[in-house]
Amino acid sequence: MWNSEKITKTLLFLASLIIVLITSGMVLSLMNGAIPVFKEFGINFIFSAEWNPTEGREDYGALSFIAGTLITSVIAIFICFPLAFSTSLFVGEYYRGTRLAKIVGTMVDMLAGIPSIVYGLWGFYVLRPLIVDLGFNSQGFGIFTAGIILAIMIIPYATSISTEIIKMVPNNLKEAAYSLGATRKDVILSVIIPNARSGIFTSYILAFGRALGETMAVTMLIGNTNLIPKSIFDTGNTMASVIANQFGEADGLKLSALIAIGLLLFVITGLINGVGKLLIKARL
Amino acid sequence: MKKLLVVLFAAVLLASCNSGSSDKKSENKKSKSVSITAAGATFPLPFYNLAFKNYTKKTGILLTYGGIGSGGGIRSLKDKIVDFGATDAFLNAKKEADMPGEIVHIPTCIGAVVIAYNLPEVKGLKLSNQNLEDIFMGKITKWNDKKLQESNQDINLPDMDITVVHRSDGSGTTYIFSDFMSKISDAWKTEVGKGKSLKWPVGLGAKGNPGVAGTIKQTVGTVGYIGSEFAFAQKIPFAQVENSTGKFILPNLESISASAQGEIPADTKVMLTNSSDPNAYPISGFTWLILYKEQSYDNRSKAQAEETIKFLSWIIEKDAQALAQQVNYAPLPEKTVAQAMKILSDMVYDGEAILK
Repeated sequence: MWNSEKITKTLLFLASLIIVLITSGMVLSLMNGAIPVFKEFGINFIFSAEWNPTEGREDYGALSFIAGTLITSVIAIFICFPLAFSTSLFVGEYYRGTRLAKIVGTMVDMLAGIPSIVYGLWGFYVLRPLIVDLGFNSQGFGIFTAGIILAIMIIPYATSISTEIIKMVPNNLKEAAYSLGATRKDVILSVIIPNARSGIFTSYILAFGRALGETMAVTMLIGNTNLIPKSIFDTGNTMASVIANQFGEADGLKLSALIAIGLLLFVITGLINGVGKLLIKARL
Repeated sequence: MKKLLVVLFAAVLLASCNSGSSDKKSENKKSKSVSITAAGATFPLPFYNLAFKNYTKKTGILLTYGGIGSGGGIRSLKDKIVDFGATDAFLNAKKEADMPGEIVHIPTCIGAVVIAYNLPEVKGLKLSNQNLEDIFMGKITKWNDKKLQESNQDINLPDMDITVVHRSDGSGTTYIFSDFMSKISDAWKTEVGKGKSLKWPVGLGAKGNPGVAGTIKQTVGTVGYIGSEFAFAQKIPFAQVENSTGKFILPNLESISASAQGEIPADTKVMLTNSSDPNAYPISGFTWLILYKEQSYDNRSKAQAEETIKFLSWIIEKDAQALAQQVNYAPLPEKTVAQAMKILSDMVYDGEAILK
């Protein structure tokens, strides 16, 4: 009858089933909501940068938002990489197990716990005037500012996973290298990195995925201009940010366009995770 | 998803009403079954919050207002989950035809949109209609442009980039502003048009009046439009704007009120922008409450209908209009109040007049 084994199995099955149902339900309702806009504009919706919500001349395209999302996230990954990678080596290898490493590790994890809106506020009041003073542009908003904030926000994700992966590199490999007269740098370059490569790579894919969907802090700093940015110091908009800004008053075709952008964001995030997994497989 | 949201919203409203009215039950038996829910525009939110609270204090009838945006207000009324909705842009013929019943508009107060700016050395900036078109369409990019200097001969404008700030979310404020721009500029009318959100030729977006105001306050060289009630309360510097008679007018309650001095149609569905009155501030507009003319629907009780109409006739009268001024909205002129009363007296329950 109902032994504990069976109960556990059923509970686990039900829990996983609910997750599957929720995910597919979300995809289905997104697809359902996106139908009208794809009927109206076809595949052009993805490749057009026109966004005109004025009644009577409605025309929607997602390209400027796709561009904004990808550019900010790429900037974020570029800024994040040197910081996060050095920190994970510091905590996971050089100062491993020391009090200092623990403090740094905790600080990095704390970054992950700061709410997005607080990053936005800090960016608005501290980072933005700095960008103005440096003369990048006259008001401080834009793709670059948003990218910097995103970089700081994703550092903890990249760092903590990379650190764990670096710690997992077998000690006997490292010891063997040392016994052959390798320096610390040699060990890092020829033992740790080759061994931890795929794990480290995954951590940056995850961080990138997180940057793609970030909303609140970005919307406060990017300038919310619905055009393809002409340079990285220009203002722009991202997919998540345009949805957050405009769904309140949206109805009809515009609502459908926003839902379609949500669907595209879902697809892009999925694609990037998929490509990441493929790359990992190919390298190993 | 939409349905789910509506259901959720209704549930929240219901939950909040129930708990509230049970509190009041003991002290006010008469109204125990009646509580009024409304939702919509955020532009008049400070006024509605104050007025609703005062009315509840006065009569014991519980009122709930959800500031979910004009679009949401119209949707909620269409789905019949509120007693009345609120909107900053009146429903056009097509939108009215979409509704399941005949709709009436009751104006409640007059608001305005001010042009706020941040130039530390400059006070009393004047903007002509041509200046507004040039700035907001990106034809002028420097504050010391000849055309701007012409309207401001007594001011030394700085050699600085103009940064236009607009709303990134859909808004009645944007609607009133773009309606005015369409009236004064043919280029704007053909290239941008009017609406709650627009395809902006230039500038950056910020969310809500607080977002635009915050960005302007924090950034030198910016200019943007903000709801007057917010600008007055926050004491942000704003410009004098040229009206239809060529006079430069500073927005204040008198000049905003003056915009409604002209002819108002019987259904009050009119945009007050670019008023012909020589003392009027030109970027002004009514905000409306909307409801079904036939109040008997969805098993609504007659008491519910009566209380709704009673409240609406209170909000356009003196006491409530004085509250509007406290939170920086201009009151309705007397003749508009009379027009609104006429509309209310034509409201029916099962075909019979509700107000006697």
